Amino acid sequence: MAVATIDNTDADALRRRYRRRHVASRVFVYVAAITAALIAAGPFLWSVITTFKLNRDLYNPANNPFILNAPPTGDHIKLLFNGTPFLTFVWNTVWVGVLVVAITLALSLPAAYSLARLNRPWSTPMAVAIFFVYLVPPSLLFLSLSRVVATLGLQDSTWSLVLIYPTITIPVSVWLLMGFLKAVPKDIEEQAMVDGHSRVGAFVRTVIPLVFPGIVAVVVFAFVITASEFIYALAFISPSPAKTISTGVPTELVRGDVFFWQSLQAATVLVAVPIAFVFNLFLEKFITGFTMGAVKG
Amino acid sequence: MTAPQEGRAHNRDTPAYRASRGAENRDKPAYRAEVAEVAEVAVKMPLADRESFLAKAFLLPSILYIVALVGIPFFMAIAFSFSDITAGDPSFDWAGLRNYRAIFADETFWRSLTNTLIFTLVSMVLVVVLGKVLANILVADFRGKWLVRFAVLLPWTTPVALSTISWLWLLDSVFSPIDWVLRKIGYLGPGENVYWLGKPHLAMASVIAVHVWRLVPLAAVIVMAGLVAIPRDIEDAARVDGAGFWRRMFGITVPLTLPVIAVAGLFGAILTFTDMTVVYVLTRGGPTNSTQVLASWAFFKGIQGGDVAQGAAIALFLFPLLLAAAVAILSSVRRMETL
Repeated sequence: MAVATIDNTDADALRRRYRRRHVASRVFVYVAAITAALIAAGPFLWSVITTFKLNRDLYNPANNPFILNAPPTGDHIKLLFNGTPFLTFVWNTVWVGVLVVAITLALSLPAAYSLARLNRPWSTPMAVAIFFVYLVPPSLLFLSLSRVVATLGLQDSTWSLVLIYPTITIPVSVWLLMGFLKAVPKDIEEQAMVDGHSRVGAFVRTVIPLVFPGIVAVVVFAFVITASEFIYALAFISPSPAKTISTGVPTELVRGDVFFWQSLQAATVLVAVPIAFVFNLFLEKFITGFTMGAVKG
Repeated sequence: MTAPQEGRAHNRDTPAYRASRGAENRDKPAYRAEVAEVAEVAVKMPLADRESFLAKAFLLPSILYIVALVGIPFFMAIAFSFSDITAGDPSFDWAGLRNYRAIFADETFWRSLTNTLIFTLVSMVLVVVLGKVLANILVADFRGKWLVRFAVLLPWTTPVALSTISWLWLLDSVFSPIDWVLRKIGYLGPGENVYWLGKPHLAMASVIAVHVWRLVPLAAVIVMAGLVAIPRDIEDAARVDGAGFWRRMFGITVPLTLPVIAVAGLFGAILTFTDMTVVYVLTRGGPTNSTQVLASWAFFKGIQGGDVAQGAAIALFLFPLLLAAAVAILSSVRRMETL
C-alpha cells in the first residue's frame, strides 16, 4: 500500500511537471506565431489604417499613427478608382497575365512531359539547363531585350510584356510540372496505351486530367510572377495607359513630390490580399511540385 | 517497349546472365533509349507513338522560345558592353574596352558592387536563420494556423514594388510610425526624426530589412518542404531516447535539412542580388548613391541615362556570381537526392 502511494505521488508530480512544460510550449508556439504574423503583415495592417485617414489626421506628426484620430473617410479609395488609372493598370495586368499563362502552359506542359517521362539520354541535362535559365535574372537582360522590343516595334506597348514574360514563367513551370508528372504512376499511361490510345492520346486523356490540380497551381504561380514583375515593365513601357499594376502604382500615383499616400496604400492592400489568399490555397501543391521536380523519375 | 518479364526474372541477377548479355548497361537510360529507338524505326510506329520523336517535338518549342529571348539577348548584352550603343543611336559600333574603362573609373560602380555584395550577404544570413525559425513555427500545430500562414506569406506574394511602397510610407521622413513610437518612449525628442532613408547607413539597413522581410517567407516555405521530407521515425526514435528539442534540432533536423536550407539561402541570395525594385522604389539609390546596387545602377545608366552600352557592361558583373550560386544550388539538390 505504502509503496503504491509513493508511486502515485511521484507520478502526479511528474504528470504536473509535464503538464506545465506542455502548457509552456503551447504558449511559446502561440506567442511565436502571433509575432511572426504581426511582423509579416504589420506594414499591410498599417496600410489599411492609413487608407481611411483624412489628410488632416494623416499629416499631423503628433497624432497616434495606429488609430483613426478623425472620422474615417472612403474618399481616397474613390479617388483611386475614379481619379487615377488604377483600373486600367489592373485590366492590363489581368490580360497580360492570362495570355502569358496560356503561352506558358502550351509550351511548358509538353516540355515537362518530355523531360519527366520520355526518358532520353539528354533529359536530365536539359532539365538542369532549364533550371539555370530560371536563375537568369531580368536585371541582366533588360537592356538587350529593350532593344529587341524596340526593333519589333513593341516599345511602349503592353504586348511587349506578353512576348517577354513567358521567358520567366516557362522555366519555372516546366520544373513544377515535371514534379507533378513524375508523381503519376507509369502504369496508368501504359494501361491507356494497351487500351489503344497512342502515346499522345494517353498523355492528353489520362495524364493531363490526373495532373490537373498541379496545372492549376502552375497557372496561379505563373500569373503571380507576371503580376509582380517590375524591371521589364519599367524598362519597356513609359506611357501611363499601357502600364501594369506593378509599375503603374508606384509611378503614377505620385505627382512630383506629392504622394497620394492613402490611395497608394489602398492599392497595395487591394492587390496584396487576393493574391496571398489564392496563393495560400495552393501552397501545398507548390511545395510538392518543387520537391518532386528535383527527384529522379 | 517494356521487354517481356516472364521466365528471366529469376536468373537475371546471376553472373552468368550478366556476362552473357553484357547487361550492366541494361538499365541506363542511354542504352534503353537506343534500343527503343532502333525498335521504333524498325517497326515504323506512327509518329504519335514514337518516343524519340515525341521527346524532341514536345521540348522544341520551349527551347526555341528560351533560346530566342534569353540565350540570344544574353549574348547581345555581352556584345553591347563592347559597343557604343545609346538610346539615341542604337547602331552597333565596336568600342573595345572603353565602357569597362569608364565604369572602373566610376566610383559609383564600385559603390554599387560593394553594396550588392553587402546586401546579399547580410540578407542571406538573416533569411536563412529567420526562415528556419519561421518554418519551425509553421509546422507546429495551433489554432488559427490558416490566418497566420496567410499573414506570413503576404510579404512574399505581394508584388515587390507595392509592398515596398508600404515600407516607403512606414519609413517616411516625417510621418514614420516607428519614429512616433520612438518619440513616445523618449528615445527621440519632440519633433525629432530618424530619417531612415536619409542617412547612408540607415538607408542601407532599411533596404536590407525590406529584402529580409519579403524573402523570409519564401525561405520558410522551402525549408518546410525539407522538414516534411524527413522520415518521422528518426525524430520519434530520438524523442524516445530522450533527446530534447534543441538536441533534436541540431542533431537531426538541421543536418538532414542542410541541403534544403542551403537552397533556401541561395534562392534568397539570388533574389536579393539581382533585384533593383526595392532600391528603386525606396531610395532611388540615394542618398548620394549610398544604396545603389549593380542592377539599379545599370538601370539608371542604361535606361534613364540612355547609355545602353555602359549599362550592359555594369549588369554583366551580376553574371559570374549568379553562376556560382546556381552551381551551388544544383550541388545541394544533388545531395538531397542521395539522402
